[in-house]
Amino acid sequence: MTALADAPEAATDMGEIPSFEVTMRLERYDPDVENPQARWEEFTLTMHGTDRVLDALHKIKWDQDGSLAFRRSCAHGICGSDAMRINGKNRLACKTLLKDLDTSKPITVEPIKGLPVKKDLIVDMEPFFASYREVMPFLITTGNQPSAERLQSAEQRARFDDTTKCILCAACTTSCPVFWTDGQYFGPAAIVNAHRFIFDSRDEGGTQRLQILNDKEGVWRCRTTFNCSEACPRGIEVTKAIAEVKRAIVTRTF
Amino acid sequence: MQTHTYDVVIVGAGGAGMRAALESSGRARTAVVSKLYPTRSHTGAAQGGMCAALANVEEDNWEWHTFDTVKGGDYLVDQDAAEVMAKEAIDAVLDLERMGLPFNRTPEGKIDQRRFGGHTRNHGEAPVRRSCYAADRTGHMILQTLYQQCVKQDVEFFNEFYVFDVILTGDPATDDDVRAAGVVAYELATGEIHVIRAKSIVFATGGAGKVYKTTSNAHTLTGDGMAVAYRRGIPLEDMEFFQFHPTGLAGLGILLSEAARGEGAILRNAAGERFMERYAPTIKDLAPRDIVARSMANEVREGRGAGPNKDYVLLDLTHLEPAHIDAKLPDITEFARTYLGVEPYTEPVPVYPTAHYAMGGIPTNITTQVLRNNTDVVPGLFAAGEVACVSVHGSNRLGTNSLLDINVFGKRAGIAAAEYAATAELVELPEAPQADIEAELVRIRAGAGTENVAAIRKALQESMDLNAQVFRTEDSLIQALKDITALRDRYGRVGVSDRGTSYNTELVEAIELGFLIDLAEVVVVGALARKESRGGHFREDFPDRDDAEFMLHTMAYPTQPGDGVADSTVRLDYKPVVVTRYQPMERKY
Repeated sequence: MTALADAPEAATDMGEIPSFEVTMRLERYDPDVENPQARWEEFTLTMHGTDRVLDALHKIKWDQDGSLAFRRSCAHGICGSDAMRINGKNRLACKTLLKDLDTSKPITVEPIKGLPVKKDLIVDMEPFFASYREVMPFLITTGNQPSAERLQSAEQRARFDDTTKCILCAACTTSCPVFWTDGQYFGPAAIVNAHRFIFDSRDEGGTQRLQILNDKEGVWRCRTTFNCSEACPRGIEVTKAIAEVKRAIVTRTF
Repeated sequence: MQTHTYDVVIVGAGGAGMRAALESSGRARTAVVSKLYPTRSHTGAAQGGMCAALANVEEDNWEWHTFDTVKGGDYLVDQDAAEVMAKEAIDAVLDLERMGLPFNRTPEGKIDQRRFGGHTRNHGEAPVRRSCYAADRTGHMILQTLYQQCVKQDVEFFNEFYVFDVILTGDPATDDDVRAAGVVAYELATGEIHVIRAKSIVFATGGAGKVYKTTSNAHTLTGDGMAVAYRRGIPLEDMEFFQFHPTGLAGLGILLSEAARGEGAILRNAAGERFMERYAPTIKDLAPRDIVARSMANEVREGRGAGPNKDYVLLDLTHLEPAHIDAKLPDITEFARTYLGVEPYTEPVPVYPTAHYAMGGIPTNITTQVLRNNTDVVPGLFAAGEVACVSVHGSNRLGTNSLLDINVFGKRAGIAAAEYAATAELVELPEAPQADIEAELVRIRAGAGTENVAAIRKALQESMDLNAQVFRTEDSLIQALKDITALRDRYGRVGVSDRGTSYNTELVEAIELGFLIDLAEVVVVGALARKESRGGHFREDFPDRDDAEFMLHTMAYPTQPGDGVADSTVRLDYKPVVVTRYQPMERKY
């Protein structure tokens, strides 16, 4: 029996995990003080083996400094609220286990880059969602609605599966060096969401979207640095999706 | 303070709120007010599917679905509402497909369907394939699809606005002309108060899982809509019925979909035994959630739990093909790897029940109008989704019926709210409608309070986990009520360290905690008075269902201490269950 054989092993994995000390080094910013300036602040905590960066932030907020501001909701990598720059890389705080980081050194946490910082780890998400809205991220069809469902083969459905996983956390877009220097660039997330419809067999708006993305702030700004693919907490092959959109612009006739 | 005026204001931007918005924004001037960006809503965490008798893969019909819903809810379901839901389920799924939802497909290209707990063919004969799904991300796809459509329709959102009060023209208990006039919202970015007037108000704020410590719910699920309505004298229905989802990741509570068992996964105890064979011989691991959760807790209680502390059981997927797991259950297997370091291809996953869903909520009729007592509605006030109690879930919700509920009744709410607004006049606002909540915010933000929000919340959640979870007794519930009373007293002295106005998330956590305390008390008082066991409410001192005394919905009203149930601020009443074609029977699976 699998369960019998594996239970003790799972037990050791799940058993008493020693606690450890960790220093969190956070970038703080309080807009309510005179001449607000970003500054670093360190907190030392005792944490446990299965704790995530989000648990550490909560521990600071709940036990040490209630004014620490960050967004979070689902706490298991689905809602996309808590993208942050953790040790220099964009990740979700709720999906990053402390034990997977080097806890012998302070763990740095900063807001994601390229969007205006509002307070501590909270940034203004409006420019990000504005780019998303510009690519017409919704199914476009013509003619009457069918009386039952539209048919779609499993293969057609699989064609755009990867890009349906996006949770709009902005980890990809705010890891992109082009986006950092040019806030007008649509950014990877918007292109991913365009891809999701361009390659959906039911959609008839591909041409319009490709025209939008053929813009000077569109897909051609991408320099294929792969930061976005590395940053995506959903494992979407973002750079590949962008490349497929580029190819579609070249090969599809307008 | 700012004042805004709309025809329809929808509070909450999850599945129910956005589904309502899609109906009402085309018919009436509509705003959606949400504490989160819409795509952060917890609808996105739903996994397994949405049931509808499409009969795409095998024989099925909506009447069987109605029956399963009624039986699954242990006969506390209002059967007229369940019939509406099961009938309209088919169009609800087709609506989503037409909006672009990427369902998994059959070889013929139709929407694929799979098995789910409690959903059967021909009144319990065998499991049926009724759940329409998109891998184990159905909720994510619903949330994204509805948001996409809202973008398309240019729906107006107030994001990160917390609705902390509802404005009524009188006392719902005594005033027969009471009407809804608007809501009071707190803008997180600035700390500013907004009064939003509207002819119709739709509450779609979701659940209250954070009354418990171990929960699949988001940190933000603090029952705001329920508590706001309740404080103004609107009753809450059937709040003692809380669903504990069987398969939360042990120690964490993160949800692992029932779809795992729908695809063939098996629950085992430490000895490797498939223990559900003893508790539900016909449908075994696919019994309804209340039964599976209790069976699991019982295995642990009787010493057959796994792990170093024998405090969980195991979800075994190791006999499933890895390719099948990847295709059908990619997210939940990743959760097991990420959070517990367990590889589900080869190791069973430690699981234990986790607080998941409030069957109860703001009472409504089948057109989603809010009831202020057993019969009368509050004109202009609507509710849909988990915040509401129609009641389609009775004392135990079947898996997938929540995604269905938000779509069917969210749509109904949007239409009803817009239609009401088309004929109604705007109601005059009472004087200074923001005064109460402003005073509360000032008390907490600027006061000298020394009690810590997180400490009170932790104590509340721990007491609820210990005393009002899967198994309950009179003693445990009295203990919970004592704890809540003491915590309410401490809450009166709560303070925050953040005195700022921008993004003061500590302040909103303090307000949310006040909601949780009120709701926990309603749960516990309802549970104390219900001296029977039914669905999600199990009393060890009254282990049987008692239809003679308790085939009734609980209606809880706020009152002064001493005027209601002893040692509480709750007054209880009861409301008959709507029975149409299914007489109560013993519930066996």
